[in-house]
Amino acid sequence: MVTTKASLMSQTQPTTMMDESIPTTQTTEVVHTPVATPSASDKAARLNAPTIIDINNVDFYYGQSKALHGINFPIKEKLVTAFIGPSGCGKSTLLRCLNRMNDLVDGTRIGAGSIKISGVDIYDPSVDVIELRKRVGMVFQKSNPFPKSIYENIVYGLRLQGINNKGRLDETVERSLRGAALWEEVRDRLHTSALGLSGGQQQRLCIARAIAVEPEIILMDEPCSALDPIATVKVEELIHQLKQDYTIVIVTHNMQQAGRCSDITAFFYMGRLIEIDATEKIFTNPTQKQTEDYISGRFG
Amino acid sequence: MTARTHPFQRKTTVASYREAGVFWALRAFTYIILGFGVIIFSTIIYKGSPAVFGSERIDGTFPFLHNDFLFTKPQTLHVFKYKGEIKQMSAADYYTFVGQSPDASTPPPANPLTASPPSPVLSTTGINSSDITDHETYSYAAGGIWPQIVGTILLVIGSMAIALVLGIFSAIYLSEYSKQGPLISAIRLAIINLAGVPSIVFGLFGVGLFVLAFGWNISLMAGWFTLAFMVLPVIITASEESLRAVPKGFREGSLALGATKWQTVYLNVLPYALPGILTSSVLGIARVAGETAPILFTAAYATSDKLPWDLNISPDRLHSGFLGYLEYPFAWLHDFAFHGVNALPYHIYVVSSKIPQNEYTERVQYGTAFVFLLVVMMIALASVLLRIRLRSRLKW
Ligand SMILES: Nc1ncnc2c1ncn2[C@@H]1O[C@H](COP(=O)(O)OP(=O)(O)OP(=O)(O)O)[C@@H](O)[C@H]1O
Ligand SMILES: [Mg+2]
Repeated sequence: MVTTKASLMSQTQPTTMMDESIPTTQTTEVVHTPVATPSASDKAARLNAPTIIDINNVDFYYGQSKALHGINFPIKEKLVTAFIGPSGCGKSTLLRCLNRMNDLVDGTRIGAGSIKISGVDIYDPSVDVIELRKRVGMVFQKSNPFPKSIYENIVYGLRLQGINNKGRLDETVERSLRGAALWEEVRDRLHTSALGLSGGQQQRLCIARAIAVEPEIILMDEPCSALDPIATVKVEELIHQLKQDYTIVIVTHNMQQAGRCSDITAFFYMGRLIEIDATEKIFTNPTQKQTEDYISGRFG
Repeated sequence: MTARTHPFQRKTTVASYREAGVFWALRAFTYIILGFGVIIFSTIIYKGSPAVFGSERIDGTFPFLHNDFLFTKPQTLHVFKYKGEIKQMSAADYYTFVGQSPDASTPPPANPLTASPPSPVLSTTGINSSDITDHETYSYAAGGIWPQIVGTILLVIGSMAIALVLGIFSAIYLSEYSKQGPLISAIRLAIINLAGVPSIVFGLFGVGLFVLAFGWNISLMAGWFTLAFMVLPVIITASEESLRAVPKGFREGSLALGATKWQTVYLNVLPYALPGILTSSVLGIARVAGETAPILFTAAYATSDKLPWDLNISPDRLHSGFLGYLEYPFAWLHDFAFHGVNALPYHIYVVSSKIPQNEYTERVQYGTAFVFLLVVMMIALASVLLRIRLRSRLKW
């Protein structure tokens, strides 16, 4: 964390253009250790990092019932933002708004407000949802490898785009699997079924599949909820590593996990954003009583 | 009253008698049904198998198969006494026997089902027609059922192909594309109810629409579409079920990677639904192969024993020269699609209702039923094997 401070502080541009490729110029070492009590200036840096997703007074409806009430906050670039809150408070709903996955559910709509990614309103009629989803990848709560080989799972997104060049596919498979810390485990069985992997490996495969199409943002909806502690640690380490290159939004029910791997935490309650702040601030000294109650386990 | 030895001591009460009574009643009903099933099947097998595996096989043919029955056309059976001895002969054999050309003098009665036998004339083989007494003829009772087998297979293949394409497409629309609402629910309900409509109604619908309105006459084409519409409800319902059984995660995972709707359906949903769709289609196949009513007025002629390769394209219809060669396949396809056929269930209906039931006609009656059972069983077996193969490749 400490090592990225300078670069984050120096960035003052509020947004980047969407079609900019992912910069890989960071020279810093990956920090695998959980976030240790950072300095005050680091916190400030995080809160002042450039905004990539701007959520603007969003009301969201499932048919007649309002699931989100005036959600309003920015998501910062190349940081991990955690959504926490009791079950049914709208974390998944908000997350799925960010790549318009809610379009799949009949009768859903954004009643008011807007969501801008790199300055573009993603619910504007001119937006191509397919392009949006290539930029905003998603990892689901229940790992969902396709019943194909490991290799075909990874290259699925590329094949969709008509890329069938063997060299390019091979290269992507290795890069993505390395990126998802899975390469060493599966390099000898790339062409066997992905369903033969363990639950934790399957989830990392899904992460690898998501980064294979080189998104800018990765949304994760409780990615570790079905995993054992060791697999969870692996995914968390992976998240640490990925945030060098990607903006990550993660929904979790696990307070320790939010504490360990996120930079910024947003607490939701009953479809409303209650509080958003640097993670350690939320966990040590929240401003809102509700947040404190939730974190200390008094409800939720 | 005997002393209880432990708290769970078994007691004989009214309830325990009722339990036993219910058990035995249920058991008895099941076994009675089973008994009827066994009787029906064993009668067909016992009486029908000699026609196929009989000892009357022709020398030089595949062992134990009475190829005559499977691979020749039906003929009229002539039964008569010759010098006091009862003889059974197919029409062809009979005319050879009496030394008469059936075509030259009196053609064998084709359609008039109980026609009077041809008047005996003195023959070249020296058979005196006055030696032939008690001459009776039974239509279709001699020869084989090859055109019926071919007709059934053609009807099944064509109508299932049409029904699968239409059914899978509309199932994809209903379950993947359409917004779930009252209109779609109504359509779905209508489709489900269509499955309960008696097949004769589909037959009449086929006559009205395909045979008369479209002017297709009684033809393979009209039969295909009538049968296809009859099984469509089954196929649509089964396909929708199979599509729904594909986990939602496959669709979401695919869409989240930037797939279009059709890419998702085509690459990541349909392949995993196909085994289920094909399995459920077995039901449809059995129904298509087995129904008489829909083809009664749309596709089947009792007398049609024309095989597709017997079609005769008269040269007058074609241009002369090279153009004629180009035209030929189209003319052939046209005639193929628009010629009437015969089919096993229809043949069973004809031979069991239109000709007398006796020892001479049993062969064709039960033989056809037996072959029909075999055909349906083979189709079902093939589909099950196909499913097992597909299923072992695609598992989640
Ligand atoms: N498809 C849907 N149709 C109608 N209402 C829905 C649908 N999905 C979610 N909701 C409602 O929206 C609200 C928010 O649900 P959401 O799934 O976002 O909660 P969540 O915070 O992710 O909960 P959890 O932690 O249990 O996953 C809930 O009240 C839920 O009942
Ligand atoms: Mg959720």
